[in-house]
Amino acid sequence: MSHAGNRSRNGTNTVNVSTVRPLLRVLLAAGAFALALGARPVIAQDERAAAAAAVGDLQQPAALVAALPDASYADKQAICERLVQTAGAQAGPVLRALLDGRLYSDAHHRVVVVEGESESETVPIHDPFSGAALGSAASADLSRIGSNNMLRKTLKGLLAQLDLADVDPARRLAAVQESLRSLDGATIDALRARRDQEPDDKVRRAIDVGLATADLASDSADARLAAVQKLDGELSPEVYNALQALVATDEAGASREADERVRIAARQALSHIDAMRSVYGAVETLFFGLSLGSVLVLSAIGLAITFGVMGVINMAHGELMMLGAYTAYVMQQILPQHITAATLLSVPMAFVVAGVAGVAIERGIVRFLYGRPLETLLATFGLSLILQQLVRSVFSPLNRSVSTPEFMSGSWVVNDALSLTWNRLYIVAFMLLVFVALLLVLKRTSLGLKVRAVSQNRAMARAMGVRTEWIDALTFGLGSGVAGVAGVALSQLTNVGPNLGQSYIIDSFMVVVFGGVGSLWGTLISGMSLGVVSKLLEPYAGAVMAKILVLLFLILFIQRRPRGLFPQKGRAAEG
Amino acid sequence: MTQSKSLLGTLWTERGSRAFYAVLLLAAVLVPVLNLGVAESSALHVPTYTVALLGKYLCYALLAIAVDLVWGYCGILSLGHTAFFALGGYAMGMYLMRQIGTRGVYGDPLLPDFMVFLNWKELPWFWHGMDTFWFAMLMVLLVPGLLAYAFGWFAFRSRVTGVYLSIITQALTYALLLAFFRNEMGFGGNNGLTDFKDLLGFDLQKPGVRVALFLASALALGLAYAACRAVIASRLGRVIEAVRDAESRTRFIGYRVENVKLWVWVFSALLAAVAGALYVPQVGIINPSEFAPIGAIEIVVWVAVGGRGTLYGAALGALLVNYAKTWFTGALPEVWLFALGGLFVGVTLFLPQGIVGLIAQLQARLRRPAPPKEASA
Amino acid sequence: MRGTQRQYLGRRSSQPKVDIANNIILYVEDVSVSFDGFRALNHLNLYIEVGELRCIIGPNGAGKTTMMDVITGKTRPDSGSAWFGQTIDLLTLSEPEIAQAGIGRKFQKPTVFPNHTVFENLELAMAGTRSPWRLLVARLDGEQLDRIAEVLRTIGLADRRDAIAGSLSHGQKQWLEIGMLLMQDPQLLLVDEPVAGMTPQETERTAELLVSLAGTRSVVVVEHDMDFVRSIARTVTVLHEGSVLAEGSIDDVQANPRVVEVYLGE
Repeated sequence: MSHAGNRSRNGTNTVNVSTVRPLLRVLLAAGAFALALGARPVIAQDERAAAAAAVGDLQQPAALVAALPDASYADKQAICERLVQTAGAQAGPVLRALLDGRLYSDAHHRVVVVEGESESETVPIHDPFSGAALGSAASADLSRIGSNNMLRKTLKGLLAQLDLADVDPARRLAAVQESLRSLDGATIDALRARRDQEPDDKVRRAIDVGLATADLASDSADARLAAVQKLDGELSPEVYNALQALVATDEAGASREADERVRIAARQALSHIDAMRSVYGAVETLFFGLSLGSVLVLSAIGLAITFGVMGVINMAHGELMMLGAYTAYVMQQILPQHITAATLLSVPMAFVVAGVAGVAIERGIVRFLYGRPLETLLATFGLSLILQQLVRSVFSPLNRSVSTPEFMSGSWVVNDALSLTWNRLYIVAFMLLVFVALLLVLKRTSLGLKVRAVSQNRAMARAMGVRTEWIDALTFGLGSGVAGVAGVALSQLTNVGPNLGQSYIIDSFMVVVFGGVGSLWGTLISGMSLGVVSKLLEPYAGAVMAKILVLLFLILFIQRRPRGLFPQKGRAAEG
Repeated sequence: MTQSKSLLGTLWTERGSRAFYAVLLLAAVLVPVLNLGVAESSALHVPTYTVALLGKYLCYALLAIAVDLVWGYCGILSLGHTAFFALGGYAMGMYLMRQIGTRGVYGDPLLPDFMVFLNWKELPWFWHGMDTFWFAMLMVLLVPGLLAYAFGWFAFRSRVTGVYLSIITQALTYALLLAFFRNEMGFGGNNGLTDFKDLLGFDLQKPGVRVALFLASALALGLAYAACRAVIASRLGRVIEAVRDAESRTRFIGYRVENVKLWVWVFSALLAAVAGALYVPQVGIINPSEFAPIGAIEIVVWVAVGGRGTLYGAALGALLVNYAKTWFTGALPEVWLFALGGLFVGVTLFLPQGIVGLIAQLQARLRRPAPPKEASA
Repeated sequence: MRGTQRQYLGRRSSQPKVDIANNIILYVEDVSVSFDGFRALNHLNLYIEVGELRCIIGPNGAGKTTMMDVITGKTRPDSGSAWFGQTIDLLTLSEPEIAQAGIGRKFQKPTVFPNHTVFENLELAMAGTRSPWRLLVARLDGEQLDRIAEVLRTIGLADRRDAIAGSLSHGQKQWLEIGMLLMQDPQLLLVDEPVAGMTPQETERTAELLVSLAGTRSVVVVEHDMDFVRSIARTVTVLHEGSVLAEGSIDDVQANPRVVEVYLGE
């Protein structure tokens, strides 16, 4: 398809949507660019007037849209403006489709929207206003309704105007923030027009920031100074860049900003913003560290029971977490329509699944090996291989995806410099919940009392009528169940696959040993501090190196203090 | 000197060693003859592929003996011996890389291919000298030896024992695994070192060279076995076993347990390093996955299957488990992990003394009915 | 049997001597140890003279074993000092260093090397070579073999020389451990409940052995068996709640009203 041909069709092209589209886009853009350059403003003005006259008698939105395919660029511009006047917010989808190049005319000369890319011969088509499906059309029959630079600029302005008038304050806020990213005459006008009618404080403030940012380019030094002062303390990157431009120097070393006062004010504002940003940056690092720490604590806390309280090395601990994660996956497969409910239900389910597996492991293997920790380590490691292969055979060697429930997705935007993802926030809260629950079970229930009795003096506990065999099995089941619950949490953060457990086992042992075997609080503090330290190191050393450094630190630490941060008390039992 | 030991010892120490040497010698004679001396069409011909495979098994057997020495005799369960094995392997791999010279894909006379690919301009300092054979062989011993010394010095002095020690050995090899995955380390990152051409000027693809490597592995295994036996038979060997059985008692009669452990630990690490160095030219590649903690635990299973604390049992276990692995991964790959996992569980629960122990038990049971008549054979 | 002992004792080894200028071989001064708030030793003072045979008695939890742990380096005290002779500060030495300096210990529960033969147990305990490289090439010379043979006779295990130590009876293990102590050739022997589980005959032999050892070296015996204590002791120290309650001859101590109160009051 030649460049000239492109133009002769007046911006409308017959295309095979599926195959030529990317190439076409480039050609189209080039063509439109050439057109924009070639058409002198005067002519454009004339064309516009003529077009306005031509579309003048079209009043119905549908009729306006139907006129689009054959209209010249100037006509299209007029049509779009008219469309906004007549249809209001309803014109939004049409304009957006036109802007994104998704608007086509089909074989029946209907204007339709084609969603997304498609490789097939036929593509589904939609109504431009309602988005309702209109069946499908052969790709070859569709011709795209083109746009040029000028038209796109107009469209952006019109869309900004529409969004700014939206009833939903959140949408309006988003529109303002969007317009900050591409401030130009059209958007500034739209913002200014909106400023005084805006009822919402937050949105008005955002508009003020936008207008002040625009004022930074004002010809009046006083206006620029006022704008700088207004922008002091604003954290958005656009403001930052605009302020930075004021203090920048050109190649010759001369300041781009002529006025001394503005430069000083801008420098002050920048250093102020920098300080605030570094504070928020530290808060964010801390948050990442705490959330990583929570993952570590979650994965280690079950181990703190089986290893810490019972002294049993369970190398299959990671695989119990994996079982928990797969439980979440299965629950979501069973209830595909209720992801949130399925995920919440999978917490108790995972506890039961992993707990029962744990009791089976204790009864089947571990109890024959009490007092022989190295053999326990080997046998449970073998078990972990079996569980991995089992999952590989039953599900698949590939990772499964577990959906995130609605309430956990997205993030909590504190301000422009700080936003915390909900899933990580929930993980921290969930970890605390599990921790407290476990603490209560061990400290306040009769099971907990018996568990502690058995771990402190097995013979005496047995003499007092405690069925130590059952307590062992239940303790192991409890630790395993908690591992399963941790697995559900992990399923929200990482890939769920057969190797899920393996990647956590060394970390979890390190957390337990670092904290001090047998101390739940030690596990909490050690997991959290290791998480924070890792995240603090990451910017300097990189993620992998940070992990290596933490491992080396732990190896050295354990050699200095083999019993961890919070050693369990009691007379050394070594003979 | 008194030799009589436990049931295992009395029945097998001497005969087990004799059987070990006999089998090793037989293999060292038969394999070269059947590979080089018998026509390829003959049913008796041993293909070069099999020679390399057997050579690999011999390296594994050497590695297993190294682990058995620290675990079976000194009670230190190392889950990090792959670290020494892989470091020895990397030192050899670096030598082999430097031998490629201009025959690499990029033809750079100095820089190995992966460095050219990473756009490095000069050879990192630790690659210098690795083109000299004797220096590279020194590094094969020195680097793992020093690592073992430093690690052991800290660990044994602060009396980290049992499971804790096992876990930090595992953490050590895991840290190395992560480190060697990084391209910046200068060991080829993920892909490791490969595409080797020749060793001391001999083409690695030639059957004769393969056989020579096989013989070198057999020799190393034989010597290492004899050295371990000598250590065990010495008074040091008895102290090592004393540490295993009653560590604090050993201390109270005046032995510095940490020095004894350190000695046997470093010696074992050196054996593992030699095994790694012999392994690399035979399999043609060394990459970070050799550090994987799971590999280290697998070695422990070889030892446990064969029968720990016997040395020849470790070699036997390495051979059997690896043969099984080769067979399974070829015929029933999805069953292999089940089999390996089952082996772990089964051996610890039902065969604490391994196959050697089982044979000893069977023999004892067979002999019991008959009156103890001696030496009819 | 007494003859062989004298013969053995007559040939003292040439270990580095402890400085015993003031005729005191062990100073334990103001030593306190606590475990999680429990005071196992409470400002304990104890002096052992050269060649003395001292018995230490006391109810359970009085701190007898903890005291031995402090002297042999197993437990570090919170405060106080412990000197071996005039010059050796025990609190700065590790267990093997203390053992090499000349303090031998027999544990309450007999601990021998169960997978080694009786002979090998004695060989390992023999004073001398301790470095790994020397151990690798160490060979027993004729004199050393003779010494092991003597000790084997002394402890009555000559005919069980090649038996696995783990297969010995409880009493035999006790004797083997005493034999190991003899092989170490220490200046000071700490013996924790040496006659527990022994027959009366064995107990008598043990008493004889300990008495014969005293004189050339110092022996500290912790024992519950009062008859045994009476049969060997010249000086008895009574420990209670981590400090010395009474010290003197067995008759003095038994007449002490506070000792009676502690023992009978419980």
